[in-house]
Amino acid sequence: MPEKFDVIVVGAGPAGTSCAYTCAKNGLKVLQIERGEYPGSKNVMGGVLYRKQMEEIIPEFWKEAPLERPVIEQRFWMMDKESTVSFGYKGLEWGKEPYNNFTVLRAPFDQWFAAKGVEQGVLLINETVANECIVENGKVVGVRTDRPDGDVYADVVVLADGVNSLLGKQLGFHKEFRPDEVALTVMEVINLSKEKINDRFNLEDNQGCTIEIFGDSTKGNLGTAFIYTNKESINIGVGTTLSSMIKAKLKPYDLLDYLKNHSMVKPLLSGGESAEYLAHLIPEGGYHSVPKVAGNGVIVVGDAAQLVNAIHREGSNMAMASGKMAAEAIIRAKEKNDFSEASLNSYREALYNSFIMKDLEKYKDAAHTFEHHPQYFKEYIPMVNQAMSKFFTVDGTPKREKQKQIMRSVTGTKGTFKVIQDVYRAWKAVK
Amino acid sequence: MHIVVCVKQVPDTKIIKINPKTNTLDRRSAPAILNPYDAHAVQEAVRMKRLIKNVYISVLSMGPPQANAIIKKSLEIGADEGYLISDRAFAGADTLATSYALSKALEKIASIRPIDMILCGKHAIDGDTGQVGPGIARRLDIPPVTNVIEVTELSEKDQTVVVKRKLSGGYQLLRIQMPCLLTVEKEINEIEYSPLPNMLKAARYEPVVWTVNDLQDVDRTQLGLKGSPTIVGKMFTPPKHEGGKRLEGSADEQVKDLITCLLEEKKELFYVK
Ligand SMILES: Cc1cc2nc3c(=O)[nH]c(=O)nc-3n(C[C@H](O)[C@H](O)[C@H](O)COP(=O)(O)OP(=O)(O)OC[C@H]3O[C@@H](n4cnc5c(N)ncnc54)[C@H](O)[C@@H]3O)c2cc1C
Repeated sequence: MPEKFDVIVVGAGPAGTSCAYTCAKNGLKVLQIERGEYPGSKNVMGGVLYRKQMEEIIPEFWKEAPLERPVIEQRFWMMDKESTVSFGYKGLEWGKEPYNNFTVLRAPFDQWFAAKGVEQGVLLINETVANECIVENGKVVGVRTDRPDGDVYADVVVLADGVNSLLGKQLGFHKEFRPDEVALTVMEVINLSKEKINDRFNLEDNQGCTIEIFGDSTKGNLGTAFIYTNKESINIGVGTTLSSMIKAKLKPYDLLDYLKNHSMVKPLLSGGESAEYLAHLIPEGGYHSVPKVAGNGVIVVGDAAQLVNAIHREGSNMAMASGKMAAEAIIRAKEKNDFSEASLNSYREALYNSFIMKDLEKYKDAAHTFEHHPQYFKEYIPMVNQAMSKFFTVDGTPKREKQKQIMRSVTGTKGTFKVIQDVYRAWKAVK
Repeated sequence: MHIVVCVKQVPDTKIIKINPKTNTLDRRSAPAILNPYDAHAVQEAVRMKRLIKNVYISVLSMGPPQANAIIKKSLEIGADEGYLISDRAFAGADTLATSYALSKALEKIASIRPIDMILCGKHAIDGDTGQVGPGIARRLDIPPVTNVIEVTELSEKDQTVVVKRKLSGGYQLLRIQMPCLLTVEKEINEIEYSPLPNMLKAARYEPVVWTVNDLQDVDRTQLGLKGSPTIVGKMFTPPKHEGGKRLEGSADEQVKDLITCLLEEKKELFYVK
């Protein structure tokens, strides 16, 4: 006789574990199913973990979680072929409690987080794939795993199975991706001694730095690259939407190679030893791509619900917040013993009233705008670089004259009208 | 019938790094796993359980509290019960002290439920000695049968088991009186994909943990580092095998080349005073 639980959570990433943890803490009987050898074994993330949403699940987690470095500096580069315009912020307040965010490596972090769930009573099984939802009379009543005697039942099944969410697709909640709805990202973990990292990034032992790179890092295509410092390694990665990759005939690993050998990047990595190479999709469709998130006996959270803010590289925090909201809706449903779509829709409501859907709404046209108007990445970034170079090169030209020359070269190549339109369009997309 | 399988947690030597300065294993560099040969031993017990009903499978391990994980793994494969002996007093044990500690734990398990058969892996992949199994058998005074590649017959009534032992260039067929101890090779079976109910049971399971004080009649001088006369004289990483030389041409030419090579390069072998 197959077992029945209150909740089955499919996936042990940040979304699934937040949900499982919160349910178990509130006395529900939870089964969490993870495909990997252990939670985090296959998971990929640039590595910035946001304190706020994590803290709402485990207060003062930084005292025990396996974190790399608190981020005290965020840099942004607009990179051209042989130059870069950079700005950023470094603040020591971010290096003290309660911190702002941290770099993490997902394998140890996910494992630790899932173990906290187990402490709360979650029954976690690894190396098991949920192949499909068991549906009876229009209601999800359990999952069928790939193991012999593999059926298991629950009042609610939570799909936290990540960006590809095969289970969500099977239920018809979301369609196959369009190539402009997902970014393909490749990254590498490069081992480098603590001393070298501290020297090159101007850090102390317990300080971290993030660099987001736009422009030539993606050869001018819509996308970004990043460099994050861990304790004794560096994460470097780059990604663009699948559609850009197809259009520009780019291969992701070529792009990463190009970035690693870029004159602005190479010195930061030199002498490092490649430890891991990873590739993963990021859902970047934003607001318009969010599928149905609740049905009869089923809830969708995290990447599976496409909850990623690509402009601010926020994903894990949205995963955690949505997992927690799902748990709260399930707890309410359990009190009424009603697991229908109408009842579980209290999750949908909470989600749409939270920062998650508000932020996704704010940027709902951003990716679209930038994708369809490649001039932002292809033309303006080199232009800004040239302007800076001109302005700061001391050659006897009066500064006022230099400003005029810069304006002339900007409007000269593009025409005043077009520049004004582009500025307006960009502002509208992110306002 | 009661089968006890002795299992060990080992670093995954497929990925482990060796510290080139000290020549010791960098244990942090590899995840801890159930010794692969032991996994086959557990699987074989499960197979026997399917053959004749009424088989109860226990696993026993000596190790730190984290060795819990391999006991759970054994339950996933199909064991019914797991015992862990864990105590600082056991630390630093060589094969002599390990077999002593395990035999004491086996005596205690036998007092709960008499043991008919003990299974071990051929050897642990982090030491490759293969001495613990026979050591246990000697201490318990039961027959040890090493390198088993097949259990062909199992008779509960006569209390006998027929096994094939791997020999170089053949095999040996033996009928053994139980209780006995078998150590198994990998080819004895294929590890099966565990059914979901086993996974759920293992995830819930907490093994029985014993310290030295829980065992009876223990001579503490035979435990741990104190009870371990083995001295590791030297450790080294085997040098990488360099590609050999390829001789080409007709058979005659090749033989000629070979002889020249041997005479030139291995002169000392042919040196006559
Ligand atoms: C290169 C890269 C860089 C990123 N950088 C950042 C960053 O710096 N900061 C940030 O906040 N976010 C970042 N993100 C996004 C972030 O990684 C995701 O938003 C986050 O991991 C989503 O969590 P999740 O739990 O929804 O999904 P996942 O973390 O993908 O977890 C899904 C889990 O489900 C398991 N699973 C899937 N299918 C099944 C199945 N059928 N049965 C059983 N188990 C299954 C998987 O093995 C996995 O463990 C980045 C993403 C990428 C790819």
